[in-house]
Amino acid sequence: MAEISTSPALFAPGEVRRPALRERLSRKVWGVAEKIATPLAPADYLDMFNPLRPGADLRGRVVKVTPETADAATIEIKPGADWNGHTPGQYVRVGVDVNGVRHWRAYSLTHGPRKDGLISITVKAVPDGKVSSHLVRRLRPGKIVHLEQAAGDFVLPSDLRGHKFLMVTAGSGVTPVIGMLRNLFPVTDEGVVEHQRLDVTVVHVAPSRPDSIFIRNLESLAEAGAIRLVTRYTGTEGRIDIDTLTELVPDLRERKAYACGPAGLLDNLQAWYDEAGLPLQTEQFRLATVVTSEGGTVAFTGKTVDAPGDKPILDAAEEAGVLMPSGCRMGICFGCVLPMKEGAVRDLRNGELTVARPGETGPDGVPIQTCISAAAGECVIDHPAS
Amino acid sequence: MTIAPDAPAYTGPIAHLTRDDIEQLGRELDAIRQEVIDTRGERDAAYIHKVIKVQRSLELGSRAVLLASIFPPAFVVGTVGLSIAKILDNMEIGHNIMHGQWDWMRDPKIHSTVWEWDNASTSEGWKHSHNELHHTYTNIVGKDNDLGWGIMRVDEEQRWTPSSLFQPAMNFINMCIFEYGIAAYDLELGRVIRQKKKGRRPTAEWQMAAKRTVAKIRRQAFKDYVAHPLVSMVTLSGPTTLLANVIANFTRNVWTHSVIMCGHFPEGVETFELKDIPENETRGEWYVRQMLGSANISGSKFLHVMSGNLSHQIEHHIFPDLPSNRYAEIAPKVRALFDKYDLNYHTAPMPQQVASAWHKVVRLSLPNGFLESTNVRNAPKQVVKLVKAVRGDTRTRRRLLKEFEAAGAASVGKAI
Repeated sequence: MAEISTSPALFAPGEVRRPALRERLSRKVWGVAEKIATPLAPADYLDMFNPLRPGADLRGRVVKVTPETADAATIEIKPGADWNGHTPGQYVRVGVDVNGVRHWRAYSLTHGPRKDGLISITVKAVPDGKVSSHLVRRLRPGKIVHLEQAAGDFVLPSDLRGHKFLMVTAGSGVTPVIGMLRNLFPVTDEGVVEHQRLDVTVVHVAPSRPDSIFIRNLESLAEAGAIRLVTRYTGTEGRIDIDTLTELVPDLRERKAYACGPAGLLDNLQAWYDEAGLPLQTEQFRLATVVTSEGGTVAFTGKTVDAPGDKPILDAAEEAGVLMPSGCRMGICFGCVLPMKEGAVRDLRNGELTVARPGETGPDGVPIQTCISAAAGECVIDHPAS
Repeated sequence: MTIAPDAPAYTGPIAHLTRDDIEQLGRELDAIRQEVIDTRGERDAAYIHKVIKVQRSLELGSRAVLLASIFPPAFVVGTVGLSIAKILDNMEIGHNIMHGQWDWMRDPKIHSTVWEWDNASTSEGWKHSHNELHHTYTNIVGKDNDLGWGIMRVDEEQRWTPSSLFQPAMNFINMCIFEYGIAAYDLELGRVIRQKKKGRRPTAEWQMAAKRTVAKIRRQAFKDYVAHPLVSMVTLSGPTTLLANVIANFTRNVWTHSVIMCGHFPEGVETFELKDIPENETRGEWYVRQMLGSANISGSKFLHVMSGNLSHQIEHHIFPDLPSNRYAEIAPKVRALFDKYDLNYHTAPMPQQVASAWHKVVRLSLPNGFLESTNVRNAPKQVVKLVKAVRGDTRTRRRLLKEFEAAGAASVGKAI
């Protein structure tokens, strides 16, 4: 906007008005298209031809799937035209249909912004991990996945001068860090290009070397003198604690610290840094699990209701004075469906659990039928209590 | 009516079943349902994605061909394509998605809460009257609006009045303009008009719903009868495009009306009186009502898809929320249960079911027993009597109706 309005003298009057006219015109055309396409939207038809076009819901096309270790793979994705880019260290939420059901997971972007415009994530198949196993073993190039814009504040400061860095990574917690490092030290055919003189120490924790994603990348960065790499293979060397860490990195306190890994490690680190009065930037790559139980509570906007395990949430909420949508009350009409943002419910007809983990469900939560669902934990439902 | 502890809730075709039988039957049906849910997955998702893709391609392609509809072959191809596209949209896609059959995919675009269909009725209004009322109160006279759409006599126990004579004509008109018929009955227009006559104003909620329906009808009509014909004017194909849209909507109306008539109207399908339904109807009893109150259409795969798998109306009514592509698969198991419990699995080819449904509409437009007791010889006398019943006062009418009923029963007895 600013560029256009600075010197109007450079433009003929007609040219100045043109963008507005064009916008008005395109809005008109779109309006006509909507009238022609109703009851569908024009986008429904356009998506058949180009799901990555500007204006479409954000999606991406899988370009390449490269195995990293026995159970990890890097997935390169061409994002839709409206992808806003990202800062190394950030993550992206990916929506993928596994066995017909849409699931969302967050993954760190493992490259800095690339010239070819692709983004990449590296996924480790965890045991019982429906989504990660699907991504690593079954995803093929050409497949369309759903995306959200990059997010997260696990990023380096914009001005790197005067900082010494420590990066503690455990398991696949290496992924956001590798994104940062690749951006700091681009690799060409001739090897690592060290275009910034930085003091970076990476402490990498993993069960063993073959289990380590990106270990070769880290090692070559270390060989080129770009980073100092300290590895700790817990399978043979035992677990790491704060004392060992301070031993391995004597100038720990002088370093701006980043850590990414499982909750246990991060909690210990955080406690130590808090006690020392030092800042620590963390990123947890596995989100907290939802504890399931018999019965629980249901939080509506403005009111929380106790809900026993043998009573439909619909009944419990109504008895507590919440105005609920309802219909057949036997699970067939879908008139009582509300979005569960978080929590777990049990289908009273067959005992099946439906779980909504924050971060792992779609942007609008998991829709549940309240007339046949009983609370199986602490649930949050997006519905006003009055 | 008092019910013996071991007797079923209603008599007739299930008199031979005990309450335990009915609950056992319910459990066996639950097991079939669970089996489908346990195996629901990628294959099913691929199916609905494919049907949606085919429908959209067909609609786009047909509309493109209609741009040249001034040439007769293009007109024919485009009209046929558009008719099929509209039928697919309403039946296999719209009806079933709005039933929540595909909600398990958690796809925010293919979900009962957001789907809108190519029909005058709003998805919201339809979901209330269809999913909530019709599927819950299936075939209960007076509760289920689908049963005769509130304008027809569909059960012998409903009182015959002279206006019943118009119901074949009414049904025919409703068939031709079915999408508007559905919109009207989703709004319960008849009830609201009756109340208005009594001086009661419709609720604010109803007025909102009516407003939304009018807006939807306007959008739909503008698209089919103004926008697309206007675009076709470029090739002078405007009038033919308009005609094609009229025919496609008409075809869709006749087809959907016929399929739906086959679901609950054929002779031999049970209807129920509210007084016979126990207050706390068990799941087993509800299942039985669905089993006896529905009829299937036998035929090809194409027919099943075009009917939105409502050709498996029995399976659909027992399990309204299972993906429609599974109905054909579970049909043999369901049928085996009908056999096991000695119930009548009502199925026949489409022409037969349509004829049977129309037969019932005509039969019930006349007093009980009239059709059965009328033959070529006594026809003139019967008609004179019928005119008397129409014109006469209440007492005369009541007497004549009784005579018809007795004559009907007598002639049926003779035939046996």
